[in-house]
Amino acid sequence: MFSPEIVITAVLNGLLTGAVYALVALGLTLVYGVLHIINFAHGALLTTAMFGVLVLRLGFGIDPYLAILVLTPAFYLLGYALQRFVIGPASHGSDANILLVTLGLAIVIENALLAVFRSDTRSIDVPYAFESVDIGIALLALPRVIALAVSIAVALAMWAILALTDIGKAIRAVAKEKLGAALVGIDVAHVYAVTFGLGTASLAVAACLLMPTFYVTPRVGNAFVFVAFTIVVLGGMGSIPGALVGGLFIGVVESLSGLYFGESLGQIGIFLIFIAILLFRPTGLFGARA
Amino acid sequence: MTARDVLPIVVVVALLALIPPLVSSNTVLNFLVFTLIIALAAQGWNILGGYGGQYSFGHAVFFGTGAYATAVLQVHAGLNAWLTFGLGIAAGALVGFVIGFLSFRSGLRGSYFALVTLAFAEVFRIVANAAGLTGGAAGILIKLDVRPENFQFQSRGAFVWIGLGLVAAVLLATRAIERARFGAYLTAVRENEDAARALGVDPFRVKLAAITLSAAVTAAAGCLYAQYFLFLDANIAYGAWISVEALVAPIIGGIGTVFGPLVGALALQGLGHLTSHVAGEVPGIDLVVFGVLLIVMVAFAPEGIVGLLARLRRLGRRRPAEAT
Repeated sequence: MFSPEIVITAVLNGLLTGAVYALVALGLTLVYGVLHIINFAHGALLTTAMFGVLVLRLGFGIDPYLAILVLTPAFYLLGYALQRFVIGPASHGSDANILLVTLGLAIVIENALLAVFRSDTRSIDVPYAFESVDIGIALLALPRVIALAVSIAVALAMWAILALTDIGKAIRAVAKEKLGAALVGIDVAHVYAVTFGLGTASLAVAACLLMPTFYVTPRVGNAFVFVAFTIVVLGGMGSIPGALVGGLFIGVVESLSGLYFGESLGQIGIFLIFIAILLFRPTGLFGARA
Repeated sequence: MTARDVLPIVVVVALLALIPPLVSSNTVLNFLVFTLIIALAAQGWNILGGYGGQYSFGHAVFFGTGAYATAVLQVHAGLNAWLTFGLGIAAGALVGFVIGFLSFRSGLRGSYFALVTLAFAEVFRIVANAAGLTGGAAGILIKLDVRPENFQFQSRGAFVWIGLGLVAAVLLATRAIERARFGAYLTAVRENEDAARALGVDPFRVKLAAITLSAAVTAAAGCLYAQYFLFLDANIAYGAWISVEALVAPIIGGIGTVFGPLVGALALQGLGHLTSHVAGEVPGIDLVVFGVLLIVMVAFAPEGIVGLLARLRRLGRRRPAEAT
């Protein structure tokens, strides 16, 4: 079959890709863990962020990694506003409605982007796109190594926010017991919106990490979000360590199945894992809650 | 079912059936056929989603299976088109049964069920896009041979009538379900599955029956699509667009009502045409409007157009009474 070097490189590349997947999944699982909803607009919001990177680069010459500083706060606010003023009020607290409202948002965002940018595949040029790092056993692309490092930093930051800050404490309280949290004076609607904002902000970071080596089309987010759904289900809905481990695992699975079965069928591997987990172990590998 | 149940259906269908002889414009007839296909797919979704409360985000899997079965069996097995139409419906029902069996046996509900249906549709799309039998990414073409025995007609009016016949059959069937014990079970499962079980309803069997029926109806829409356009590829047959239309139409029209899917499909398609008329041929702009409408309806009129009309009628009735 393949020589060990190729397989090792594939595994390492899978881990690097998996780091970005984990970041996308992190936002999804955070929102699920607190609001107990699946945000179907997650992929469309990722696409929006990727177009944001594109526009900042082409319009203002801002480097994608610098764009993190602009887009992360912007997307935090966007996510906050979406939950506070659209999803929350429109769904009247019913899960079925939240499902439909986030689906509606996804349809609107995706097609608005299609109307503005058309379906062309676009990418940005950065001078370091093809630079690589030699780690002895394999050559790794520099942007992917940066993506891994930043993803870990974001995961740590997210952990710090949840574990060490007051708002983090409030978020954990709402996640555990919404009514009790409201009774002790926590503004649940605000906490929901903050959580949604954090989830969206992590997408903005993911977009900045992706764009140097990836392309963007109005539907590109779907590919990632399916992977993210798989990771979240695999790692256990609402579990942040689960999302990280699941992300890395799926990255490797995708890379290896791409190597052995080719690109298009490689994707199927992800979906089959996804369906199998949903059907046979819906609590995920790490999750405890049903 | 009483005459009062059947009469409104007969009137609406008869009015729509009058259009082909009166209007010869191909644009109008095209619009009508397409809308009826969407309505049929949406009627299928409504049985499971509207009455049973199980929101599928991947009804494309049934639509596409019906469409591909129709096309592949004609092209590769040389079967008669009318026969493949029936086989397509059966294939869709079978896929519905299997997906329903797997998902409901695992107890998937709510978002989890939405996710798993979405994933099944994607798997089918990727396979159809790669497999040789379905023509892969190039798609599959049914040979043009315009004869009634081939389910191909010179006039679009014939397709309007066939589409209308199917929609009418499902309207009647839906009304019958509403009136039957099965409908009561289904609504009970939607409202509270545990309570339904406590009363002796078997939710698994009820949901399984609902998804099989739902899949058969949506597959029929796929068969009709294949036969009308004579061309399919994976992104048409298993594309997210049809999953979205099948779900949005009943919600706009009136979820869990007999006329909801038809009304919603007419409203959506009409609006879609209007938007592209106003905004020009901007891709995706009609779907933007659909999405906004979906959110607005969920927020302000969860009972849909049918529900709004009923509310208006009740208001109209009450006013004169209050005046006296």
